[in-house]
Amino acid sequence: MSEQNLRSQVGPYFGEFGGRFVPESLIAALDELEATYNQAKSDPSFVAELAELHRTYTGRPSIITEAKRFAQHCGNDIRVFLKREDLNHTGSHKINNVIGQALLTKRMGKTRIIAETGAGQHGVASATAAALFGLECVVYMGEVDTERQALNVARMKLLGAEVVPVTTGSRTLKDAINEALRDWVANVENTHYLLGTVAGPHPFPTMVRDFHSVIGTEARQQMLDEFGFLPTALAACVGGGSNAIGLFHAFLDDQEVKMFGFEAAGDGMDTDRHAATLNYGRPGVLHGARSYMLQDEDGQTMESHSISAGLDYPGVGPEHSWLKDLGRVEYRGISDAEAMDALRLLSRTEGIIPAIETAHALAGSVKLGKELPAGSSILVNLSGRGDKDMETAGKYFGLLDAQKEA
Amino acid sequence: MTSRTSEVLKANKAAGNGSLIGYFPAGYPTLEDSIDASIAMCKNGVDVLELGVPYSDPVMDGLVIQEATLEALGNGFKLKQTFDAVRAITAEVDTPVLVMTYWNPVLQYGVENFARDLAAAGGAGLITPDLIPDEAREWLEVSDKYDLDRVFLGTPSSSTERMKTACDLSRGFVYAVSTMGITGARDEVDANARKVVAKVREASQTATTAVGIGISTAEQVLEVNSYSDGAIVGSAFVRAYAQGGIEELTEKVLELSAKLKN
Repeated sequence: MSEQNLRSQVGPYFGEFGGRFVPESLIAALDELEATYNQAKSDPSFVAELAELHRTYTGRPSIITEAKRFAQHCGNDIRVFLKREDLNHTGSHKINNVIGQALLTKRMGKTRIIAETGAGQHGVASATAAALFGLECVVYMGEVDTERQALNVARMKLLGAEVVPVTTGSRTLKDAINEALRDWVANVENTHYLLGTVAGPHPFPTMVRDFHSVIGTEARQQMLDEFGFLPTALAACVGGGSNAIGLFHAFLDDQEVKMFGFEAAGDGMDTDRHAATLNYGRPGVLHGARSYMLQDEDGQTMESHSISAGLDYPGVGPEHSWLKDLGRVEYRGISDAEAMDALRLLSRTEGIIPAIETAHALAGSVKLGKELPAGSSILVNLSGRGDKDMETAGKYFGLLDAQKEA
Repeated sequence: MTSRTSEVLKANKAAGNGSLIGYFPAGYPTLEDSIDASIAMCKNGVDVLELGVPYSDPVMDGLVIQEATLEALGNGFKLKQTFDAVRAITAEVDTPVLVMTYWNPVLQYGVENFARDLAAAGGAGLITPDLIPDEAREWLEVSDKYDLDRVFLGTPSSSTERMKTACDLSRGFVYAVSTMGITGARDEVDANARKVVAKVREASQTATTAVGIGISTAEQVLEVNSYSDGAIVGSAFVRAYAQGGIEELTEKVLELSAKLKN
């Protein structure tokens, strides 16, 4: 395989993956979005406006923190670096893409955005951008997720967004996307679907990746400037795959840098309750793109399972499917229990409470470090902070019991 | 390549009649029930049957059809039973049977396998709501090979160029999407419906076209037939069945088709 031009892929296909498997009703809107995006990315005023918003609103560039005490649990003489997307405004990487797409919404003259959300991070970021730009905002969220992420529901409402609990299907992220697509078909004239991950029909996988690629572009330069070397390996969690591709993209053609994506293995890789799409799925069409997905023999989408609402998705972005088949990125599963152990470990060794999604990448790094030669380094995308997960973590670790009994 | 579906629509038109295309989900609420319901529809005024394949993520469908198809899946519907249903229906009636399916089930079954088994069962072709002609290379090939209809969608937002492609590549009819939205009854069929049909006529002298989405009353069926080649009704039939079984479904079919025939 040629490793020289992996960064130059712009869709609509990544190898056999990607495309536009959507009703004809949406094609005109996708064409308009693609044209607007292509025009904007080569327009210096758009690029400057986005950069300025990231500097003065998002809080970019995000810093890199070396996690020395955490690294002691990751094998012999391993250095661990954290790209601190958790320090962005709204608490995760999601804002990178949202600001970009909100600017495009304005360019298209649309006044309403809709979004799907799992853990609520993308919904919060979308509601935030809607407030900032004066747009109407409706967020679709599976009913199951509105319960396990109640705090984020309150945040979105406070920001002025309408949150619609989705009661169909498995009542999680997958069904929130279905409902958002139905809304979009009906309201496409004044509405932009602000999709929150690198899945969906073209141009979303490419465009969302581009908006997040700032993560890897910054991190690569920071590693060289501050430490004088590129990391041995990159680690990121993968649900739809937006934070992972955001970190990986700038490094894709650095052949010496290994890459690892960590999927949610739920109850474990030896059970059927997981969300490990790239490990256990097979190619199919879901939500507008051909990619790996969890499905039964009839092509019916199977329900995924994870303690992490943000990774609880039976599909994955098409570029990840392509990178998996090329062998450029290795995708592994991390169970709920492993992720929660890592969440506590980072909290207690570094004073940083990560999101449960992010904890999958940290758990993966603990295992990975033990396989790498001494002197290796791992750059982890610390994609989000754990404030939203305090109720789940509190219950999981029994921290709330005393309070309840009192 | 001939299409019995378009011949039926054209013959009705030539005789001064209209056409009613009726949707019912396979496997709803059970396979046997859906076969009986489909046959009853065909015997009582439906000119072309649109047999739906239940699918886990039906993004073009409103709540009525979502609930019915999820019930079918919950009752254990398997994809292969689509062919059993087509075979049983076409054994009883001459009505062309088009299968309406989202694309992933076909992809997983194998596009050619699906076409072969559908043709063998007596099916007329496929309506593919989430497969645009741009992504349909394999389907275009095998539908030619097995002489099957392929119904693509034309919408209010389709460009002139895309509408021409839909007309050129569709066989049976072009599905004129009446309104920007998903399936489900609406009080008024959008004025857009006339515009979409006009766009079809502009794009093609020969294409037959039927209007779907939002149609639920006899007046709407009649009106739509005045400027197109057929009216497609789905949710109204599914709701009738949900409320009163095969009797109420039959009544609804009779009601909607009554004024269509001279």
